[in-house]
Amino acid sequence: MDVQELRHHFPILSRTVGGRNVVYFDNAATSQRPDTVDECQKTINAFHNANIHRAVHTLSAEMTDLYEMGRESARKFINAESRENIILTGGTTAGINLVANTFCPTFMKEGDEILISEGEHHSNMVPWMIQAGMHHLKISYIPVDASGHWDMETCRKRLSGGRVKMVAVAHVSNVLGIINPIEELIREAHKTGACVLIDGAQGIVHTDVDVKKLDCDFYVFSGHKIYAATGIGVLYGKKDCLESLPPWFGGGEMVDVVTYDTFTAAPLPLKFEAGTPNFVGAATLTPALEMASAMKSAEIEKNTLEMTEYLSSSLQAVEGFHLYGTGDGKVPVFSFSVEHCHHEDIAILLDKMGIEVRSGLMCAEPVIGRFGQTGLVRVSLAPYNTMEECEYFIKCQNRVLNMLS
Amino acid sequence: MSIQEEEQAIIEEFSVFEDWMDKYEYIIELGKSLEIINECEKIEENLIRGCQSRVWLSSRFEDGRIFFSADSDAIITKGIIALLVRVYNGRTPKEILSSDFSFVGKIGLKENLSPTRANGLVSMINQIRNYALAYSVK
Repeated sequence: MDVQELRHHFPILSRTVGGRNVVYFDNAATSQRPDTVDECQKTINAFHNANIHRAVHTLSAEMTDLYEMGRESARKFINAESRENIILTGGTTAGINLVANTFCPTFMKEGDEILISEGEHHSNMVPWMIQAGMHHLKISYIPVDASGHWDMETCRKRLSGGRVKMVAVAHVSNVLGIINPIEELIREAHKTGACVLIDGAQGIVHTDVDVKKLDCDFYVFSGHKIYAATGIGVLYGKKDCLESLPPWFGGGEMVDVVTYDTFTAAPLPLKFEAGTPNFVGAATLTPALEMASAMKSAEIEKNTLEMTEYLSSSLQAVEGFHLYGTGDGKVPVFSFSVEHCHHEDIAILLDKMGIEVRSGLMCAEPVIGRFGQTGLVRVSLAPYNTMEECEYFIKCQNRVLNMLS
Repeated sequence: MSIQEEEQAIIEEFSVFEDWMDKYEYIIELGKSLEIINECEKIEENLIRGCQSRVWLSSRFEDGRIFFSADSDAIITKGIIALLVRVYNGRTPKEILSSDFSFVGKIGLKENLSPTRANGLVSMINQIRNYALAYSVK
């Protein structure tokens, strides 16, 4: 498949904004959905809609199959061992909250540490802060340098203190767009006996994830950033890790036996899937991840690489411009500031020219504050974006800066 | 000029713009021309919450009329505040409270009025109304 064929699968790309074909550059927040995901949802509504795992009737059985196929697609996509490793959640945030709320009270005691990086999304900070407050735990940080890379020496020092029980870090920061050295960190953390959770919200999109090779204990991601429906996510966990955690939400399919006095939890993975899950969303993982796999063609990857290089060099040529996150392991996520220009003004004017970019704090206030900014503009690409769009953006960006100067 | 007349004048000014660019260039000019606020008024209490850009709005009440001064770190927002200040400066609380602020929509800035749009225009209008409400009971 080439980029033009790929674009045909995303009908939204031919709509207009401000009288021009939309240039969608906010993929790190939500990616667009292909026609195959749309068809999947339509087919469910027309033929299979029924609650899963419960009834004996045909519709329920078919819907259960589609739900479980979604799980199987996720398992295959990240090369997990079995379906027991794959918990379907509401998204990355839900997955992290599940682990934080079960792991911290079970395995951590006063004075123990959770190690995160300075570049984390709020979703991988606040759940740990809540637990730290409740159980008197400490949060320590892996410093991020001016180019957006981790300071591994300080990281090793923190780990060697012996109090870190959980390491929770982004595979790729949603602001900095750098692939972090998680393999190295996972090895180092395991040497000290700490567990590792990887926030893969961005990493799942921009890298080939093999959880067996990574050897992480948990890997979480969202469906809506990888072409699936909203409100569905995946929490991968090693089997022994997941088994050692108590259930969190109660009710629905998460039980085995219930009496007036007590209950026993269902076996994995249902133990963590209380209530009626987002089964339609889960089913869309199958066509979405098929599309994501098809995007790994040499031709499409070459286009992405060329766009990344083009934007890296063109953006830095702008006067007064500062790009946050540069150097090795750059993915096409570009957060920047321009001297004397407010991020909101840039985003409003680009929108007038049909270009959708993100502006503001991007749910990562501490790291943006650390760079002395009140917000940034972020351009994040997907494989269906084109070089023409990038060139048009650079032209418009210059026009915007002229208007604002 | 009454509030309505001032609003009408702005609507007419904006009606001559043929494309968005001229309009936004004008708003940016207005932003640059907004009287500079005293640094001492850029304080936490005058900061309007819920904005992507920082917006300060302070007011004083003299002889039954409200006078505003405002600022923002984003220039488009500042241009829009300049319009609001032009319409509502020196009015009585009653005049402000009976205005429906609909001219902002009529000059094609309606997208900026959506409550979900994180640029604080709605918060700014609410703050002007709140000041008017507070002074009306004095």
